Amino acid sequence: MTNDIILAGVGGQGILTIAAIVGRAAMERGLNVKQSEVHGMAQRGGAVVAHLRLSTETIYSDLIAEGAADVVLGIEPMEALRQAPCLGPRGVLLANTEPIRNIPDYPDAEALVRRLRTLPRSVVLDAGAMAKEAGSSRAMNMVMLGALSPYLGVGEEDLRGTIVRAFAAKGDEVVQTNLRAFAAGKAAATRTW
Amino acid sequence: MSQMLLLGDEALAQGALDAGLSGCYAYPGTPSTEIMEYVQASAEAAGRGVHRQWSANEKSAMEEAIGMSYAGRRAMACMKHVGLNVAADGFVNSAVTGTHGGLLVAVADDPSMHSSQNEQDSRFYAGFAMVPCLEPASQQEAYDMARYGFDLSEAERVPVLLRLTTRLAHSRANVSRRPPRAPNAAGLPGDRRRYVLLPAIARENYAGLVARQDAFLQASENSPFHALSEGTDRSLGIVACGIAYNYLMEVYGTPEACPHPVLKMCQYPVPRTLLATLVESCERVLVLEEGAPMLEQMLHGPLGPRPQVLGRLSGHLPRTGELTPGAVAVALGLRPPPAPRPEEPLLRQRPPRLCEGCPHIFSYRALLEVIGDVGPGRVFGDIGCYTLGALPPFDAIDSCVDMGASISMAKGAADAGLAPAVAVIGDSTFTHSGLTPLLDAIWENANITVFILDNDTTGMTGGQDSVGKGKLEQICTGLGVPRDHVRVIVPSARNHEENVRVLREEICGHDGVSVVIARRECIQTLRRRSRAG
Repeated sequence: MTNDIILAGVGGQGILTIAAIVGRAAMERGLNVKQSEVHGMAQRGGAVVAHLRLSTETIYSDLIAEGAADVVLGIEPMEALRQAPCLGPRGVLLANTEPIRNIPDYPDAEALVRRLRTLPRSVVLDAGAMAKEAGSSRAMNMVMLGALSPYLGVGEEDLRGTIVRAFAAKGDEVVQTNLRAFAAGKAAATRTW
Repeated sequence: MSQMLLLGDEALAQGALDAGLSGCYAYPGTPSTEIMEYVQASAEAAGRGVHRQWSANEKSAMEEAIGMSYAGRRAMACMKHVGLNVAADGFVNSAVTGTHGGLLVAVADDPSMHSSQNEQDSRFYAGFAMVPCLEPASQQEAYDMARYGFDLSEAERVPVLLRLTTRLAHSRANVSRRPPRAPNAAGLPGDRRRYVLLPAIARENYAGLVARQDAFLQASENSPFHALSEGTDRSLGIVACGIAYNYLMEVYGTPEACPHPVLKMCQYPVPRTLLATLVESCERVLVLEEGAPMLEQMLHGPLGPRPQVLGRLSGHLPRTGELTPGAVAVALGLRPPPAPRPEEPLLRQRPPRLCEGCPHIFSYRALLEVIGDVGPGRVFGDIGCYTLGALPPFDAIDSCVDMGASISMAKGAADAGLAPAVAVIGDSTFTHSGLTPLLDAIWENANITVFILDNDTTGMTGGQDSVGKGKLEQICTGLGVPRDHVRVIVPSARNHEENVRVLREEICGHDGVSVVIARRECIQTLRRRSRAG
């Protein structure tokens, strides 16, 4: 079993939080993990990409081979579109519709969403709204993690356990909000599929 | 021992701690910063009092590490590749003095220049200083090489350079720990005269260093980190250095699936016997290196190019930038060169930018208004978040060369008649390398204004303490800037008119050295502090 996942977003959006939770859950399950991150200049509000690889076998490369990703998880629609060509022939695109308009020439957001929906095997969801419904718009990344969960070789219980531990210090309410956001994301991805 | 999920930087740091590290010395710089940050956060390091404060720059970090090694303890100096330029004097000469306690110099290179000004390859520095160099292929090797490197350093009495590159430094993987060992006791070297590099002593030491090259080569020939595998198809042999080996394995899936003989090379000097075994048994050789074509150039020799040597120089791989699994597959002829991606009309570039509410934004707005009076092309920038002021909507700085160069270049340009000239430099960069050029400017009363953007931290690398904290005015007046011409402003929208007035007075109205300090905390560290309560 190998999962090659590309996470795409904008610096500061927290793609590393998602990667860290999946990585930790996978390691605790006895899987091999490689997770390449972006630091420094690239983080300052620019386009960022992280590669996350899980496998029962030895993982060699820290980078996923071009055109071989199983999943592209875009927590920003334009960044999802930018990384879509990295997908392999059976790869799945999971994209959030909420734009980060931090450039003067940001494209038409509705056109972006329409374009994402035309791509093969794409799941396009409004994670921001779903997170708000779950209790906090800050839980958007957990909606995206939920959407990713059906495509991972890591059990849902392992992921939920890692979420609980990751947010335990912030109190039970925050934990519950994040778990609700996770469940909503999972349901949406499964339903859309 | 337990498994941990660690960045390459962190694996090296944990490896050094478990190998009996007593002192970590560093200046932050991507992609090396997390080595020191890991040691700083480590409860074990705190428990046994491992030194782990940031230094003013890489040179002082390097020399502090040499001092700790002199006193018998294991020390590690950490920096990014261009930081080694700053530390080079101490580094090269520490090979001549030799070491006492183990001395590791951990340098993280940044091929593709994700967050750097060049993609220099630190392996050249190891050869230049004539010291052994280790290049891990995995996070586990980064962990293991810390102990191996300290042992090699202590056995051969030589500093050991450990070279990481971005993809390993900033990628997490499972790492198994070994039982930790105790640090060395402090003690003087038996022959302390070797640390006095007077010509007579230096000549003797240098001859000794030259004589030990054979031992370094032997250590490399016997390194546990190299691996030579047989292959059936000898029309091509492959040498893969450091993490380039991973991309090769990624292409084939498993070592057994590769039909060609492969030499995984992870230590230098180049293991001559191993390399000869491969080269002499194969018709052609493909060299995979992350960074410069160092080994490839050696194989071509000065009379090259030799057609049987393939790599970055022959055009089989891109001459610049990081390797990728795809590029390696193309070089092996297993995949056609990538077709250009179809046009995607909805995509836009999204370069990095200053954060919303960043104090530098207000500093640049005020500066730009004054520069409008005196004419463009006279603002010399430096290295940090504020380098992003070179991009729209600011287009506010005209140079970014190396740490501290804003002040020295402003002075040089003013010497040439481009006066007034302005240097824009951050607080941490100022104490890193701005003090000495400021002294030059004061000595000659150059007509420059130094605009210090003091956000109370080292921002670009994530907010590390800066050694000049709270002392900048004192430093400037102490160096000799007239007290009246050391001004402090608070960069904000509300203060804009006042800030423009102060900058105008100092830039346009004063013929001599002046300093304007724009002081307001980094928005990121401020947020972090308020979240922490």
